[in-house]
Amino acid sequence: MATVGSAYLPGIASRVSDIRDSSRHSAAVRITHWINTLSFFGLLVSGFAILLAHPRFYWGEAGGIGTPSLLDLPLPFMKGGPSGWGRNLHFLCAWVCLFNGSLYVLSGILTRHFQNNLLPAKSDLAWRSIGREISNHLRFKRPGVDTSLAYNLLQRLTYLLVVFVLFPLMIWTGFAMSPAIVSVFPALVTVLGGQQSARTIHFFVADFLVLFLVVHIAMVCLAGFKHRVRAMITGQVTAAKDGA
Amino acid sequence: MSKALSRRKLITTGLATAAGASGLAVAARLADRYGLIPPDHGGIYGIGETLTYASQRILIPQQSLAREFNRSDISKVCPINGPPPENETYQRLLAGGFADWRLSIDGLVARPRSFSLAELKRFPSRTHITHQACEEGWSFIAEWTGVPLSYVLNLAGVLPRAKYVFFFPFPEKGFPFGKKWGSLDMSDAWHPQTLLAYGMNGQELPTPHGAPVRVRVPRQLGFKSMKYLSRITLTDTTKNIGKGWGSSSPEHGFSWYGGI
Repeated sequence: MATVGSAYLPGIASRVSDIRDSSRHSAAVRITHWINTLSFFGLLVSGFAILLAHPRFYWGEAGGIGTPSLLDLPLPFMKGGPSGWGRNLHFLCAWVCLFNGSLYVLSGILTRHFQNNLLPAKSDLAWRSIGREISNHLRFKRPGVDTSLAYNLLQRLTYLLVVFVLFPLMIWTGFAMSPAIVSVFPALVTVLGGQQSARTIHFFVADFLVLFLVVHIAMVCLAGFKHRVRAMITGQVTAAKDGA
Repeated sequence: MSKALSRRKLITTGLATAAGASGLAVAARLADRYGLIPPDHGGIYGIGETLTYASQRILIPQQSLAREFNRSDISKVCPINGPPPENETYQRLLAGGFADWRLSIDGLVARPRSFSLAELKRFPSRTHITHQACEEGWSFIAEWTGVPLSYVLNLAGVLPRAKYVFFFPFPEKGFPFGKKWGSLDMSDAWHPQTLLAYGMNGQELPTPHGAPVRVRVPRQLGFKSMKYLSRITLTDTTKNIGKGWGSSSPEHGFSWYGGI
């Protein structure tokens, strides 16, 4: 290792090992990633359980059996059933998601993770490079060794969308369904068009997050499942093998 | 050097854990003293319920009002969940137009007493048009008329020890407290919009909506607005009533407070 004989120069030793450790994912990113994986899975399962109590969506303030719906899902109405544990699990996981997400965002700002790794360079935002990136993806052209250590443009934009648009929207629309919370901040629900609109948006944004998850897992598989998952667990990556 | 580092790490981790644990213990004691622990705080799901209840009690002002709507917003269809009590007394009172019905209030009050429907209607009334959402997801907007619960609580004289207001419908076979019973904390009970409602959309409260009188708590989901009332009891604990979780809903896998 590069740290041999550096006991007399501890500053250098730790800097070298820092570089090795942070080669792909920092500890904060890795830990919050897996906690978020767990809580998102819990939110998904329990959200579906709650949905089964009334698999029907409306627009506006109010809606129920006997009023026109926006969308009827081909699912049974399971009254008094899974929405009990569903709600309990949902709010437990929502708290985990909220705490964990706040830690992630805070550490991302403090360590300049968002700035360095996720915000695209201005030159990358030209339509030509976006087009090239999309066409590379569509042709399943794999990144070279030099680029496999950094996020590409589409990854950056997608992660930013998930972190700063979709997750905050889920929390907002969730809060908008609480009569106690909107008693203090009525605008939370009125700007969305009403309580039932908030519920409907909550459902559709959740669908987009599931879509993201499917693509995310597909891309991890294409890029080499074992190496990518190992990188997200240990933070280490072997660039030569990771050429995938 | 790596040894020294790991020892230092061990000590800091140990200290952080100890500080965290004692911090949690102090937080739990403080939370209990300030009424931030819900009766169904046990188990893994109790963590989520406690966090929601405590944070809403800390962050939401006691007097914040639920949104009120216009007459034109009133829903044409107001769905209901579950049938009225099958109890004989209730059926007899229903047949008699609730002329002989009485609502009693007892427990930690200075003057336990009971009211007829006519008496409740003579008290100062309040009407509001509010949104009611079921935890299942559906909702409706209706106009509710009734006497503020706070007015009746003041008539009975709430003792300072009281922490919960329990609402019981008529008992049924195998259900000494009725099938659906529950409680509010004092914050929701004193809230200016919390009504003992006897009117809905300008009419007598319809039977499926909880006739003759139900409680209406507009800052809460529908399941907190108990129907078919016959008795109100003030307590300083939720123990000894059912499983001690504050209402019948946790006994069916739901939560006592909910809050969202």
